[in-house]
Amino acid sequence: MDLFLANFFDVPGLMRVYPYLLQGLLMTMQLALVALPLSLLTGLLVAVAYSFGSPLMRRVLIVLIDFLRAFPVLVLLIWIYYSLPFLGLTLGAFTAVVVAVVLNNTGYFGEIFRSGIESIPRGQYDAAAALGLRPLKTMVLIILPQALRNVFPPLASNALELVKTTSIASLVALPELIRTARIAQEQTYNPTPLVAVAVLFLVMLGPFSIGIAMLERRILLQQTRTRK
Amino acid sequence: MNPIIDNFVNPHILRAAWPDVFAGFLVTVQVALLIGVLGILAGLGLAIVRCTEIRALNILLAVYIGIFRTLPQLVVIIFLYFGLPYAGISLSPFATTVIALAAVLSAFAAEIFWAAIVALPHGQWEAARALGLRQHQILRLVILPQAVRLATPLLTNRTIAITKGTALGTAVALPEALGSAQSMTSILANPSPLTLAAALYLALFLPLVVLSRMIERHATSAQV
Repeated sequence: MDLFLANFFDVPGLMRVYPYLLQGLLMTMQLALVALPLSLLTGLLVAVAYSFGSPLMRRVLIVLIDFLRAFPVLVLLIWIYYSLPFLGLTLGAFTAVVVAVVLNNTGYFGEIFRSGIESIPRGQYDAAAALGLRPLKTMVLIILPQALRNVFPPLASNALELVKTTSIASLVALPELIRTARIAQEQTYNPTPLVAVAVLFLVMLGPFSIGIAMLERRILLQQTRTRK
Repeated sequence: MNPIIDNFVNPHILRAAWPDVFAGFLVTVQVALLIGVLGILAGLGLAIVRCTEIRALNILLAVYIGIFRTLPQLVVIIFLYFGLPYAGISLSPFATTVIALAAVLSAFAAEIFWAAIVALPHGQWEAARALGLRQHQILRLVILPQAVRLATPLLTNRTIAITKGTALGTAVALPEALGSAQSMTSILANPSPLTLAAALYLALFLPLVVLSRMIERHATSAQV
């Protein structure tokens, strides 16, 4: 038991290596802060393009969304990072991770926003047209605010998944939390840095994951209550 | 030759890499299947245990579910593979990937099943009890069939998202499609094997994504 504690909760060792972890934390936050807004934007663009699109355009966008959702994000990252240089296009590790995560999440967010927009009844468009609003104004002022409220739970859930996904950056040698923990582990000779990183993730993301679970419970509850 | 064809779908390279990458793909399929089956079954089991309303057990379950819903999949994999040996437990890359991701999926599945069970109107329990059914019969015959149906759309999406994580096994040297393609890429000095791995992954998951879309559509149309 003493050995277990010394290995997994080696506080003096952790005090020596914590600057690494702090660096990793900053990198993880930077990745999330760049990739999340970008993905929300591209996802929204895809969904809006879908709702204004011709039937052919819609079909193309659905295929695009499904492709992006079917691609494991790590496969996308490795492919971007290791094969584009052969065409003379070398992306830095940070850029490659952002591109891979954004592409992947464009599919996820695109589908969420799309189903949100689809959930708004036809009458809302007709009413807006009757008030003399142009299509784009109708979308921004009438449809999107209601659509966003309808899909808030999956939106929040996917945002959390995106932040968790940034950890794949460690596999292209970007010093985010996991990578720095592995480097620190080589100095402490024990898994305490890994424990520390797991605790960090739990403290940072735990409240969100609990909140999202509660939101999802409420949706299922509404489904059983409104069904006749 | 056109540099795009030469580098991404070079026929000679593809032929040379095929046996390794395809062998890797078979590992991918096995791991993904195991994760899906074990994760969902364990999740269902945990949700049923939660119905027993034993306080201490429920707190433990809530902690387990909270931890594995929150940690990034890669953190769990790395921890099992590089941390547990210090506690005297060494797992193979295969076992590590399956256990880590099945644990993550079981936590999500338990939460979804539990949410579905709680969402069913209380009258269902009361009516079943009035018919003289025992507790386990109520669960098996009345509650679970409805809860599973309610949970299916959420569960399929989550299962696909997590089984896609099989590629993360490459971090602990699991010889799945991506890892094999990466080593063939360095051996042959040409990234075509990566394209091959990407295509194989797509071939596995694209039908599942399309299936989940159909399930979702069916669920929403059944509601109205």
